[in-house]
Amino acid sequence: MSALGGAMTPANFLLEVENLSVSFDGFKALDDLTFQVGNNEIHAIIGPNGAGKTTLLDLISGRTKPTGGRIAFKGDEITHLTEHEIVTAGIGRKFQTPSVYDSLTVFENLEMSYPSGRGWWSAWRFKRTADVIERVEEVAELIDLQDRLQDRADVLGHGQKQWLEIGALLIQRPDLLMLDEPVAGMSVPEREKTAQLLKQVSEGRAVIVVEHDMHFVETIADRVTVLHQGKHLAEGKMNVVKNDPKVIDVYLGH
Amino acid sequence: MKRDLWSRLNHIWATAVRRPDWLVMGLTAFLILAVFPATLSVFRLALIGKYLTFAFAAVGLVLCWGKGGILSLGQGVFFGLGGYCMAMFLKLEASDPVSTSIQSTPGIPDFMDWNQLTALPWFWKPFQSLGFTVFAVPVVPGLLALGIGLAMFKRRVGGVYFAIVTQAIAAILSILIVGQQGYTGGINGMTDLKTLWGWDIRTDSAKVTLYYVNALLLFGALWLVHSILQSKLGRVLVAMRDKEERVRFTGYDVARFKTFVFVLSAMLAGVGGAMFTLIVGFMSPSFVGITASIEMVIMAAVGGRHSLLGAVYGSLLVNLGKTFFSETFPELWLLLLGSLFILVVMAFPNGLAGIDLGKFVRMLKTGGMKLLRVNGPVATARAGAEVEVPR
Repeated sequence: MSALGGAMTPANFLLEVENLSVSFDGFKALDDLTFQVGNNEIHAIIGPNGAGKTTLLDLISGRTKPTGGRIAFKGDEITHLTEHEIVTAGIGRKFQTPSVYDSLTVFENLEMSYPSGRGWWSAWRFKRTADVIERVEEVAELIDLQDRLQDRADVLGHGQKQWLEIGALLIQRPDLLMLDEPVAGMSVPEREKTAQLLKQVSEGRAVIVVEHDMHFVETIADRVTVLHQGKHLAEGKMNVVKNDPKVIDVYLGH
Repeated sequence: MKRDLWSRLNHIWATAVRRPDWLVMGLTAFLILAVFPATLSVFRLALIGKYLTFAFAAVGLVLCWGKGGILSLGQGVFFGLGGYCMAMFLKLEASDPVSTSIQSTPGIPDFMDWNQLTALPWFWKPFQSLGFTVFAVPVVPGLLALGIGLAMFKRRVGGVYFAIVTQAIAAILSILIVGQQGYTGGINGMTDLKTLWGWDIRTDSAKVTLYYVNALLLFGALWLVHSILQSKLGRVLVAMRDKEERVRFTGYDVARFKTFVFVLSAMLAGVGGAMFTLIVGFMSPSFVGITASIEMVIMAAVGGRHSLLGAVYGSLLVNLGKTFFSETFPELWLLLLGSLFILVVMAFPNGLAGIDLGKFVRMLKTGGMKLLRVNGPVATARAGAEVEVPR
């Protein structure tokens, strides 16, 4: 806990993961993992392939159910909620591959995430009010797609699709944003732009980012958790973690 | 005065060009409500009416399959349930004690008497009421779809597995109906239906009236589904088809949305089935089973599974083909139907509605331009323009 610094007490953790385990057919993908994410923190999760990074996001977002342990968000247990309930509680998640609705326009993609009209009846009665339009345009500007609002999402470039997905998450106004390899497959300028975007979007909320690109992690992350074979290996500031001999041994040394 | 008319026509034309879907909709309404009744004999008109009852099922399939990505191979179940609900009411009305006085138990449907039943089964009793029947026509299929939807979609059964389950249900229901002859009329179905609350449905005037009622209900169904597709609900369905997982992680309960469209499409099919019973005057298990269900999918596919009006034209064309071919080459019809389905899926995945008339017109135009360019003064003018504006 010393790596956290004195400022943080358990009371103001946004997300608490305690003794979390999950196994698939006897294979322990996560083994007794405990870690916390504070408010307004960008927390990176790194580790070699198969370390359990994406599995961890699957567990937090409700896609996979744990075999042991608990997850609490804003003090309430969310371990057994379904995916959409977890989203409503305030956790947004971006997938590894860009995941946008190809047959809808950029505007409609963003509007889908507007946090009202989520039942079939209210969706039927949903009105595109001035508030909705304003919010969509505001976010579109942030992700630099303000001129593409009426284009179908399938004509966008790879990087633009990634940004569109991040934009859709922002419209949800989540308190915790989880990003799975947001810069995978991006060019260097796109990476820089994404790093800048993440800095902007993390204001007022916490972010968990799973990433392979060490340089990118060093640029944006406040704190880093290193996973190895489903276990918690190290945690702290990137410049401390990367000099940890255990970490060098399993990951960075390769 | 003339000029006024001219400008009004111009305005209509401009609107039509801007909104081609409205134009096609208007033409369809004109065709169904005016052209067919004015030109066809009552017999043929009733035949068209029968075809259009299948359009209810096809419109439902556009909603749940075309937009929502849920392929149901069991729409015949819902069509049949709606049809049987209506048939039970009509059969009871036709089985009054006077006209069934030669039976050993007068006052019950003839097939019950043949099967040694001596009293009306409990589930038949509510169908003595027209009000209950009208209520049951959409609600019974809807409740079955609700049960299937909750059982399947909550467990995230989808795609091919869902299609197979619905097909199995179609098989089960038709076997059940055939096997329980005393309660359902068996393989013969329910025949000798005569009156609806005293109104003889076999007369020519009744047939014409039923044709219009059916057509208006169909336009009502089209309007309802159209309003869904225009709303955010329609976009959620399309999004679910594109990226189901993403929709779930955007905070939508995907199972509920799927159940809703499945239930609604079942209710529409049920209404179609009831109208079928009224127009044709009988109901039989052959409209419940696998073949009937797959025919409905083919109607939607031929018309274009993304297009509501496509479903209407698909139903008309496939059923016209069926009437024609099953009279001339009865043993070839199923093969032809199968080939038609494969052809449509391979060559025209968007069916009739996918044929782009605009593109065709543009092709003609550019073809004409090319001809002119080779021969006439347009060619030089064009070439000059291109030189002036360098790229």
